Amino acid sequence: MNNFDFSAIMTSLPYLMQGLGYTVQLTVVACLGGIFFGTLLALARLSSIKPLAMIAAGYVNLMRSIPLILVIFWFYFLVPVVLQSVLGYERPPQVGPDRSAYITFIMFEAAFFCEIMRAGIQSISRGQVSAAQALGLNYRQSMWLIILPQAFRNMLPVLLTQTIILFQDTSLVYVLSVTDFLGAASKIAQRDSSLVEMYTFVALVYLAICFSLSMLVKALQKKTQIIR
Amino acid sequence: MNSDLNWLLFFQPIVEGETLVWWEMLFSGLLWTLATAAVAGVIAFTVGSLMGVLRTASNKPLAMLGNVYVEIFRNIPLIVQFFLWYFVVPEFIPALKEWSIEQDPTFVQFLASVVCLGLFTASRVAEQVKSGILSLSRGQRAAGYALGLSEPQTYRFVLLPMAYRIIVPPMTSEAMNLIKNTSVALTIGLTELTFRTREMGEVTFAFFEAYIAATVLYVIVAMTVNRVMALIERRTSVPGFIAGGK
Repeated sequence: MNNFDFSAIMTSLPYLMQGLGYTVQLTVVACLGGIFFGTLLALARLSSIKPLAMIAAGYVNLMRSIPLILVIFWFYFLVPVVLQSVLGYERPPQVGPDRSAYITFIMFEAAFFCEIMRAGIQSISRGQVSAAQALGLNYRQSMWLIILPQAFRNMLPVLLTQTIILFQDTSLVYVLSVTDFLGAASKIAQRDSSLVEMYTFVALVYLAICFSLSMLVKALQKKTQIIR
Repeated sequence: MNSDLNWLLFFQPIVEGETLVWWEMLFSGLLWTLATAAVAGVIAFTVGSLMGVLRTASNKPLAMLGNVYVEIFRNIPLIVQFFLWYFVVPEFIPALKEWSIEQDPTFVQFLASVVCLGLFTASRVAEQVKSGILSLSRGQRAAGYALGLSEPQTYRFVLLPMAYRIIVPPMTSEAMNLIKNTSVALTIGLTELTFRTREMGEVTFAFFEAYIAATVLYVIVAMTVNRVMALIERRTSVPGFIAGGK
């Protein structure tokens, strides 16, 4: 391979950056939404109401045993159908793969964040719960003010590591022809037949971003370890 | 979404006048999924063990090599790695490209998938092997040396037999991840289970039936792997180790 054409990358850089922008946006939304619903799921799993705990556990186990690509396809055709019945439309609304991806990743990541938050909540000593109750706090107050802040801080490195994995996993929206970072590169690669340049470039950018982020997480982990 | 699911569709031919029916298509997809995972698993275990050992070795350049391997394969999305192996690597090796053009395309897709998934999963196995070795007390290694064993012998007879038994639980989730990750091979055209499921949905418009069937199959596979690994875990757990068995 002696004709590696860098100019192919330079000329299409704005389009690629637009794709990367979508990837980052999807990651951030899925991370925040996933942590929110994941925490709710974790509380449901640890709840003393048995049916609630069972439904949450069933959901989490189902999501964890099927491939993400299958989940992406599931939601792609489920979201319009569900929206139709919820909103009472005559026809399924046009959602589009780029928007259904947000719901897919929030719901999928919620299962993984749930397990992390559950471990975090369980890592808090029982004395904390008793202390909260002794202070007269109710369930919501003791969770929100005492347990969850500590669980969240203990699990921060794991949550961030999961977010790096999520950042990589969003590239799978390629299967719905969404123009994320990989999607943008692949569209240009096929137009200009510059597969080698494009895919190498994408790999290097992902490597650079994910490697730096994981170094940051490692540094953070060292910091939080001393405090505990 | 409740009323008219047509399960008989699975016994209808994929094309008019063809003898092959849909459930056979999904089943052949499942076999490709399992075959890919099995061969990739062997590669992952071999390369992963080697890299995991290197990362804890006393030789600094070798430890560095192991670390670089893990960082590279962990920090590039799997689907991008698939494209690198399938589209980019043959461009750099003309002999490989010529050879692959002459082969059955299915075989080339299978080969690329197996190599890609194997080396990707190896980076995760290496991480587990490393943490398994590091979880052993320092005295184990010292005892090996005191017996006059060389470093490779210490790994072979003292450290690895213990480390492998300790890391069975995390290796269970890696095995399940590997099976799930085979679905990414559909992006290079391997006709595994998710590929066939999507195909069935698009041809018959029976999306619900196809996806429900695939989901059930994946759950059955995941549960089977879970049971088998639990059995291995019980058989191999090290007495007295919390990490070894529940």
